[in-house]
Amino acid sequence: MFKSIITGKVFKVRDDIDTDQIYPGRYLYLTSPEEIAIHAMEDIIPDFSEKIKGGDWIIVAGKNFGCGSSREHAPRAILCAGIKAIVAKSFGRIFYRNAINVGLPVLKCPEIIKEVHQNDSIKINLKDGLITLYDPERKISIEKYPPQLLNILKSEGLILYLKKYKKYCH
Amino acid sequence: MHPLYQILARAANRDQVKPGEFIVAKVDLAEINDLYLQVILSFKEMGGDKVWDPQKITFVMDHYAPAPTIKAAENQKKMREFAHEQGIKHFFDVNRGVCHQVMPEEGLVWPGMMLVATDSHTTTHGAFGAFSTGIGATDMAAVLLTGEIWLRVPEIVKINITGKTNKGIMAKDIILYIISQLGTDVALYKAIEYSGGVVAEMSLDERLVLCNMSVEMGAKATYIRPDEKVMEYISHTNSEKYKEFKSVKRKNNINSEEYESIYNFDISNLEPQIALPNRVDKVVPVSQMIGEPIHQAFIGTCTGGRINDIKIAAEIIKGKKIPSWVRLLVIPASSQILKKCIDLGFIQILLDSGATLATPSCGPCLGAHEGVLAPGENCISTSSRNFPGRMGSTDAKIFLSSPATVAASALKGSIADPREFF
Repeated sequence: MFKSIITGKVFKVRDDIDTDQIYPGRYLYLTSPEEIAIHAMEDIIPDFSEKIKGGDWIIVAGKNFGCGSSREHAPRAILCAGIKAIVAKSFGRIFYRNAINVGLPVLKCPEIIKEVHQNDSIKINLKDGLITLYDPERKISIEKYPPQLLNILKSEGLILYLKKYKKYCH
Repeated sequence: MHPLYQILARAANRDQVKPGEFIVAKVDLAEINDLYLQVILSFKEMGGDKVWDPQKITFVMDHYAPAPTIKAAENQKKMREFAHEQGIKHFFDVNRGVCHQVMPEEGLVWPGMMLVATDSHTTTHGAFGAFSTGIGATDMAAVLLTGEIWLRVPEIVKINITGKTNKGIMAKDIILYIISQLGTDVALYKAIEYSGGVVAEMSLDERLVLCNMSVEMGAKATYIRPDEKVMEYISHTNSEKYKEFKSVKRKNNINSEEYESIYNFDISNLEPQIALPNRVDKVVPVSQMIGEPIHQAFIGTCTGGRINDIKIAAEIIKGKKIPSWVRLLVIPASSQILKKCIDLGFIQILLDSGATLATPSCGPCLGAHEGVLAPGENCISTSSRNFPGRMGSTDAKIFLSSPATVAASALKGSIADPREFF
């Protein structure tokens, strides 16, 4: 279900994580969510799907997260593995689109990577465009979604959006 | 208004568009490749029954062609069935080649069009003056359903390339150099226009390489002003669109303020370039890597499998043998190219040297099949990406270079400067 407030622990990754690292090309023939989830981030963090199992995690990344190919498997794998959102300095543009379209909130925030550590708790407020950090408590602003994108996320992705509206609402 | 903005304004049914705006744009052509059965699954989940326009949709079976696994074969089978049910005539099967070569050959690309495809390298078709961009599966399912796509209007970065192109320097050397100077995110969410004397003199094959690899700098789309070379090509592939485009008088009215930034490159002193393993922007002149041993040399893909690429390789290799411990893999980008290369004798030359020929497809570029790498192996490749694991084992190393450098290196069994063969 869509939530405008997302809380979770920080899973930190570096700059320029490409889609081959997020989801290796050798598994692109898979289509079921469970199978796809197992291979998320496999080539850089081999036990990733185990590490995040059962918890509420938010990936915090450097620049150009998801650069590379158009494979929707990349955000799908992250979503199916249970990640709640991704906050990065910047995103590969097709990854960004694909994430919104599958209902995974992705947020651009240039400052956050320097401000957080692995396992820190953070809170994202999509409506106000703010991220709350703790110890000490402080807030960083994030890019607010334009209404077109927020509506897709509110429908939990483009599939349900179009199932409901049948066309793009101009 | 910049021609890219003119295309978007027309597609969004507006008088004008401005960078940063969100628009919903009508699509002139939607291409789906064989990695993306998810398109059909998402289309059905959306409640899709009939596609919006079967004439404006094309399928190209290229990434897993011919099918290497039962699962890939099954996915392709479902796509064939879907295309048949929906009356989609532009279906190109495993015999045809890589989508970014097949679409232009088939007359499906023309100046001023709005093209989307399920492949990041769709930026290629800016070389024909199209607005063309890569999208994912669910995005594409929405296009099949509605004929439309949501887009943020991109800023435009202009790159001027001037100077004298020395012998042995190809578009791949130029674009690798530019990527190394500007970085992998200079054009994120933006479009790139290429201009300058070097671009004007380039063949279409070479321009396609510039536009294709622009996605490695983050680009959403590219643009090269269509000239006589483009119009000559389109006149053969799609005479109707040729006449239509020719009949409209266009003003050269780009306002330089429309560019977000402008970069200038003089390539007069450029050496052949090599991208080192794992990063497309980690690029050095070939002279710094001479002698690095290689196990596989790969000539093919949408950035190195065209006629000119195979011709140059054949010229370098003619009458010589590659060492027995090196595999030279040649995969022409399309069946038309393969046939021409056979007619011109290039394939015979390469086979005589000891090369392995595979039928037109993406080959091992994305690590699916037809020449994937073992741990500890080095490959020099004309393809576009060298991320870890891209062509097989994550413990293999991929060096990217021009077809000339790949051919010279195949002959030596180690990275070599192609200029000594001219």
